[in-house]
Amino acid sequence: MSPALFLFRKREWIYFAILAFILAVVFPTVFDNFRLNLIGKYLTYAFVALGLVLCWGYGGILSLGQGIFFGLGGYCMAMFLKLESSTPEATAIQSTPGIPDFMDWNQLTSLPFWWEPFHSFTFTLFAIIAVPVALAFIISVAMFKRRVGGVYFAIITQAIAAILTILIIGQQGYTGGVNGITDLRTLLGWDIRSDNARYVFYFTCVALLLGSLILAQLVRVSKFGRLLIAMRDKEDRVRFSGYDVANFKIFIFCLAAAFSAIGGAMFTLQVGFMSPSFVGIVPSIEMVIFCAVGGRLSIFGAIYGALLVNAAKSTLSESFPELWLFAMGGLFIAVVMVFPEGVAGLFRQHIEPLVIRGLSIFRIGKVRKPRPAAE
Amino acid sequence: MDVAQPKEFLLSIEGLTVSFDGFKAVNDLSLYVEENEIRVIIGPNGAGKTTVLDLICGRTRATEGSIQFRGTELTNLREHEIVHAGVGRKFQNPSIYEDLTVFENLELSFPRGRSVLGALTFRRDAEVINRVEEIAEMIFLKDHLDTDAAILSHGQKQWLEIGMLLIQSPELLMLDEPVAGMSVSERIKTAELLNTIIKKHSVIVIEHDMKFVEDIAHRVTVLHQGKVLSEGSMDRVKNDPKVIEVYLGH
Repeated sequence: MSPALFLFRKREWIYFAILAFILAVVFPTVFDNFRLNLIGKYLTYAFVALGLVLCWGYGGILSLGQGIFFGLGGYCMAMFLKLESSTPEATAIQSTPGIPDFMDWNQLTSLPFWWEPFHSFTFTLFAIIAVPVALAFIISVAMFKRRVGGVYFAIITQAIAAILTILIIGQQGYTGGVNGITDLRTLLGWDIRSDNARYVFYFTCVALLLGSLILAQLVRVSKFGRLLIAMRDKEDRVRFSGYDVANFKIFIFCLAAAFSAIGGAMFTLQVGFMSPSFVGIVPSIEMVIFCAVGGRLSIFGAIYGALLVNAAKSTLSESFPELWLFAMGGLFIAVVMVFPEGVAGLFRQHIEPLVIRGLSIFRIGKVRKPRPAAE
Repeated sequence: MDVAQPKEFLLSIEGLTVSFDGFKAVNDLSLYVEENEIRVIIGPNGAGKTTVLDLICGRTRATEGSIQFRGTELTNLREHEIVHAGVGRKFQNPSIYEDLTVFENLELSFPRGRSVLGALTFRRDAEVINRVEEIAEMIFLKDHLDTDAAILSHGQKQWLEIGMLLIQSPELLMLDEPVAGMSVSERIKTAELLNTIIKKHSVIVIEHDMKFVEDIAHRVTVLHQGKVLSEGSMDRVKNDPKVIEVYLGH
């Protein structure tokens, strides 16, 4: 029991280095631009899964509505990009030039006031975090201060995800409706669909993800991290030890929302559009599955989980599109019944002991192939 | 201290009533606890003993009446504010964090860094470590600091929870059946522990084990149907015909 708590233990530093190496060196060398862009897309879900590890795995707060925050972050970015590509010149054929095309199709004649600030890139960057976090704050204050928790909270987040989807689809003139905000071209004058831009976005995404991972780890090793476990276990005891439990839940829920929002914004940049199909119930549940498959107690696992499940999804839905939902359901059942701690749990039980034994017998630095890390 | 109070009690409960859908679990109860007193509350099942503790610590809200702790009215405060005022509560079943070690259990109860920011920036410095070790020694768990709380014995869990209260340095400790499920030797050690504790704290204990009550109590309050049936020294209470009839007689 040492007084100084290090950010990572020695073994975890190795896992972190391995992860960084895979993401920043292996993938870019092995895959072509198209595949790399796909992986970049998968990684945007890793942000959400990372937030869920803290919120659900550690804090025991299951949110089935992370798509809300992912979507809001993505929409904020998309609004900026859409405005940039809707110059009066580019939209000269519209009856009202200079507004996004879908507004024109819906007989809007001027830009709604709340779209105006999204002309500013600085404001957009701020809004990407602030809008989802503000909503997360309102939801969590309303719920946690009233001590709504557990399955009730999960259902309410799911309901909000459904409401937001319906709202976005219904308000077509303001949001682009079911198609979403599409045909995004440039970011500050720079073509986002070029190979060059895709490389830059991929590396930005990796850098942000590793940064978020370190932030998550900071929370995890602080007393806050241990309080999360304590709250999951015996909420009343925490309360009667003098903590205002609701505040801690609000904070962690908002942090998870912020991570999701960053993921959403990076998604818009790399995929080139944003639509309600990334907001609603099904995508939100998928995000929980990424986290569960990776291992809900492992911040490293979250990232591998998002990569694995998404890669499986792409492969399977290319060949058997109708089977994917069944496969996903089966996967979730398997995770719950057979390996509740996900890939990270399997690694911890079966591979890590071998690695440790290997290290102690041969006393060499690096043994075995890299796999998701423990805890 | 408040001028209006004639005598300085640590805790004064007056006219306390709580009604659950018309059923009065605690009915017009008045109870006064002095500094450094060990008060034991006994009574048959359903007498309202645990409910009284729930009311004091804010877990249940009073329908009527007042609970004054050092001149502060507790009935409007929230649970964590009552803890900050200096009241600690141990639950009937050991309520500890099974997924954390003994050290971490005690550390989380250390009264510092109780805000969100405080918890994020909390540092495990020498003060914390010394205090945790000091408490661990008192509760006979010094050699188990790195043990997961889940694998402690039942008695050790009870001690750990008492330790988690002690590290908060409350002025008033409330213990709900601290020796339930303990072996004879554990009971003796617990009585010894409580006798150390009262040098610095006042304690309210709910207990069924009459032998244990005789060992520790200064004064005994007998509750029956949400009301005080009898109060005084153990000898007096034991010989009170009303008490014998409803509680001790069978």
